[in-house]
Amino acid sequence: MAVPLSYYLALSVVLFALGAIGVLIRRNILIILMCIEMMLNAVNIAFIGFANAFQAIDGQMFVFFVMTVAAAEVAVGLALVVAIFRNRATVYVDDLNILKW
Amino acid sequence: MTLTIPTFSLISIGPWLTLALGAILILLVDALSKGRKTYFPYFSLAVLALAAFQTIDLWGAQSTDFARMVYVDNFAFLFYLILILGAALTILLSRPYLEEWGKDMGEYYALILFATVGMMMMAASAHMIMIFLGLEVMSIAVYVLAGFFREDARSNEAALKYLVLGAFASAFLLFGMAFLYGAAGGSLYLDELAKRLTDAATLTKPLTLLAIALLVVGFGFKVAAVPFHMWTPDVYEGAPTSITAYMAVAVKAAAFAAFARVFFLAFPAFHVNWHMLLWVLAVATMTLGNVVAIAQTNIKRMLAYSSIAHAGYILVALVAANQLGAVSILYYLLAYTLMNIGAFGVVILVARKKDSYLNIYDYSGLAYQHPGLAAGMAVFMFALAGMPPTAGFVGKFYIFSAAVQAGYIWLAILGVMNSLVSVYYYLRITVLMYMRPAEADLGPIAFTPAVTACVIATAVATVLVGIFPGWFYDLAMNSVKIFPSL
Repeated sequence: MAVPLSYYLALSVVLFALGAIGVLIRRNILIILMCIEMMLNAVNIAFIGFANAFQAIDGQMFVFFVMTVAAAEVAVGLALVVAIFRNRATVYVDDLNILKW
Repeated sequence: MTLTIPTFSLISIGPWLTLALGAILILLVDALSKGRKTYFPYFSLAVLALAAFQTIDLWGAQSTDFARMVYVDNFAFLFYLILILGAALTILLSRPYLEEWGKDMGEYYALILFATVGMMMMAASAHMIMIFLGLEVMSIAVYVLAGFFREDARSNEAALKYLVLGAFASAFLLFGMAFLYGAAGGSLYLDELAKRLTDAATLTKPLTLLAIALLVVGFGFKVAAVPFHMWTPDVYEGAPTSITAYMAVAVKAAAFAAFARVFFLAFPAFHVNWHMLLWVLAVATMTLGNVVAIAQTNIKRMLAYSSIAHAGYILVALVAANQLGAVSILYYLLAYTLMNIGAFGVVILVARKKDSYLNIYDYSGLAYQHPGLAAGMAVFMFALAGMPPTAGFVGKFYIFSAAVQAGYIWLAILGVMNSLVSVYYYLRITVLMYMRPAEADLGPIAFTPAVTACVIATAVATVLVGIFPGWFYDLAMNSVKIFPSL
């Protein structure tokens, strides 16, 4: 039984919104990074849903690129978290307040 | 199963390959040999020069390559040259500054080269995948560069803020691409999008508009347009000054290259919608950038708000969406590269001792102690404010005439009023330098050859490009002919 496109898109939009809300309200950097991953994966679901509906391959191809780039981005993000933890012993964004208006 | 590999020519992405190979070589040499290396800046400059020669050699081509993934055209080439210029000037600025912080390391130069490759990919991309890849190759390298002083809490904080918000914005950009993919019925080639979106307009217009809005969020973040600018002052203040200069000019140029290409090629049928959106963004960006810059006392933060304002001016050219508008985007980005990197060069010279002198009042009386340096800074401030005969004036003149030509009279008026506001905070620096006594003895300034050369060259070029804008105007005119809809 084929899953209709609207289901994919609904799932994708809900996941994306949850991820975005997470980035905005959570205070722990690690959880923020996870929420960003969730947003990117929501995009992947949308791409796969469309690719499936159109029987076109580029959408699925795009997903691989997104996953690769997301991995690289998180590697840099975690490295920065380690650097910050060494200097300031915190992983909470509220404590990152040297630079402000 | 048979796999057919499309034909391609490596020559058409020669500049990318040169820079990428150069960067890899730097990393390898740095890792595999002992001792302190002093030749990386020279090597990077040589690699950039080679890439520039390759670009000039390619000039005039007009095609696509790598299965229509890459545009090989003059619009991309002109951006290559601007980006290479930005990277080269940044490398000139970097060495003494990094040494002061004990951070003169090979990976710095490698990362700048990698970031430049990413920017070139953005400028030449013919498919959304390429735009995304270029954007991320650039961004990831720049995130690391922003946090390059990893023992410094400010640099850490700047890099993390940039990374989290940058990834957040990329997610929006990607979501926009996903909806665009849906609206266009399964294609993301920029040259196909326009036709497919128009054909399917009755069915998928809402989806396309949503996609356009999401793309504007993604690109708006990279060019630092209001309301996606919140990261800019913090990141610009915390990042190493040489990287701030690089981010302000090259990241912005690359983002505008992709922004312009996507919106000019893919959405001519929806121009009413995106013009309206960008009109509002442009006015908000100019106004907020200029007004808030007045209140700043840290020079890097002031230049950050000024860079937001300049993004607003370039958005005006994007809204105008005519041939002169596209030309003025290119011209303004060249002018901005010269004058902004020059200004940051002066900031680096004055800052000293791990950035101890970043307050604008540290510039009081500079003209009495170091007249040459003050004269240079005055040229950059006049250029940024848009006074003749500098490149900044001609750039603004092109932008606002493009807006008037396209019928956006009010936009032009608001833009000119904004540049009047900006004169206040740029000239304040000049007034401090020439008309106030020094608050304290500034002490000696170490005029290192590379930085001094960079400041002199940019100051001279800022004036020359302003007095003789014709040659670059012709180049730019030639390169924007690739947009049939303009």
